[in-house]
Amino acid sequence: MDINDLRGIATILCMIGFFAIVYWAYGPSRKADFEKAGLLPFEELTTEEEKGDE
Amino acid sequence: MTHNPEYNYKVVRQFAVMTVVWGIVGMLVGVIIAAQLTFPILNFDSPYFHFGRLRPLHTNAVIFAFGGCALMGTSLFIVQRTCQTKLLSDKLAAFVFWGWQAVILSAVITLPLGYTTSKEYAELEWPIDILLAVVWIAYAILYLGTIVKRKTEHIYVANWFFSAFIIAVAMLHIVNSLAVPVTFMKSYSIYAGTVDALVQWWYGHNAVGFYLTAGFLGMMYYFVPKQAERPVYSYRLSVVHFWALIAIYVWAGPHHLHYTALPDWAQSVGMVMSLVLLAPSWGGMINGIMTLSGAWDKLRTDPVLKFLVVSLSFYGMSTFEGPMLAIKSVNALSHYTDWTIGHVHSGALGWVAMISIGAMYHLIPVLWGKKQGEMYSIKLIDLHFWLATIGTVLYIASMWVNGLMQGLMWRAINDDGTLTYSFAESVEASFPGYVVRLIGGTIFFIGMLLMAYNVWKTIATADHVLGDEPLDKQEASV
Repeated sequence: MDINDLRGIATILCMIGFFAIVYWAYGPSRKADFEKAGLLPFEELTTEEEKGDE
Repeated sequence: MTHNPEYNYKVVRQFAVMTVVWGIVGMLVGVIIAAQLTFPILNFDSPYFHFGRLRPLHTNAVIFAFGGCALMGTSLFIVQRTCQTKLLSDKLAAFVFWGWQAVILSAVITLPLGYTTSKEYAELEWPIDILLAVVWIAYAILYLGTIVKRKTEHIYVANWFFSAFIIAVAMLHIVNSLAVPVTFMKSYSIYAGTVDALVQWWYGHNAVGFYLTAGFLGMMYYFVPKQAERPVYSYRLSVVHFWALIAIYVWAGPHHLHYTALPDWAQSVGMVMSLVLLAPSWGGMINGIMTLSGAWDKLRTDPVLKFLVVSLSFYGMSTFEGPMLAIKSVNALSHYTDWTIGHVHSGALGWVAMISIGAMYHLIPVLWGKKQGEMYSIKLIDLHFWLATIGTVLYIASMWVNGLMQGLMWRAINDDGTLTYSFAESVEASFPGYVVRLIGGTIFFIGMLLMAYNVWKTIATADHVLGDEPLDKQEASV
């Protein structure tokens, strides 16, 4: 086993890591949670004045 | 959720005002050195006013003073609002603000005096480096400590990007600045030769990646949805965007050292990683721009949104140009030419400055008790937008022309193998481009003056600041 095998293994590990993150992010069970998280900037504790005429 | 949680808006207001002030100072120095490159007589034979000393003053002022105040102010605002909790400590917040101003003032004094480590974007000498490290660690404790005591379950994506920015910059600054002091204002880097160059560009490119990219992406992930009044296009894409971007950026530095003494394999790693970087960069850009999906009409009427969206377009352009320039054969033509300066300003004016300006136009009215984007004059924002866009385009187009011309002139050889042009001939041929660059930079600078007037009038006409409303008005309807 020479250094090129290590390079190949490192590449494969990075790919697995990437696909794991993609799977985690796009997994159907987390869809609702992430959509909720995306609304965080709109759920701030703000004053009535700042919110304007809503 | 019916009360105002009394966030610390004071430190945010301080940073917001100083963003505008340092933006004007930094860009004025930029205009001066652009004029010096066009008309060298403007160096006035003075060491204190010489291009060589003013250039690091310009880069430090726009990156650390203008960009730094924008990043610190917006991050401390966003972390409180999206974590629904007050900052960890008011005293620490005040220390971060005044400490940061002290670092900037030290730079303004020492750089024209000629004190420099000669490390690009890390010119400040060792006592200031230590102050900077202390202030930065205080900022990290303040920011991360606020996230720890959050009232929300989830940490909003903007805070992930700001956290990466804060942690990475602490690491980069401390490792790159390690030096042996010999006198009060003189030190020698602990690195030598090729290692010094590699550490320097590991620092330098990650300053681009984490300071000028991740930090401002944190800004983007909050202010673009807020100004467009809709959540980010894909929150799940933002998760992949974050991890991919921070995992790849750290390897791209060696592309600054193509065809140098750096080992060839390391240059190739830098080139390949820079090319891979296109994917997460554009993932983020698309995520930001597509947030407007279904609300494109707002772009016609809302100049604040124009700033934010056009900044993302410039971000997309410069993150396409960057990987191209990192290809060795392209770099052989472009390196050491004005193309590089054009590329940097495509990112610095088009992306960093324009997203900061857009964020400030959104934020400053809020901080002074008005609605988001409710500046004194919307027409002046629109005029500022066009000045900024035209100024940036003139700047980068003239540097493209100059860069290509210089690269081609330097490599041109006669039949007998001698150089066709002397270096001085390429300088002379660059003169028209330098004039156009000076005009573009001046136009951009005039826009900043309009901003200062608009901000001044907005603050002057405010009857109170955010968080100071009378108690009976603090009932919020969420």
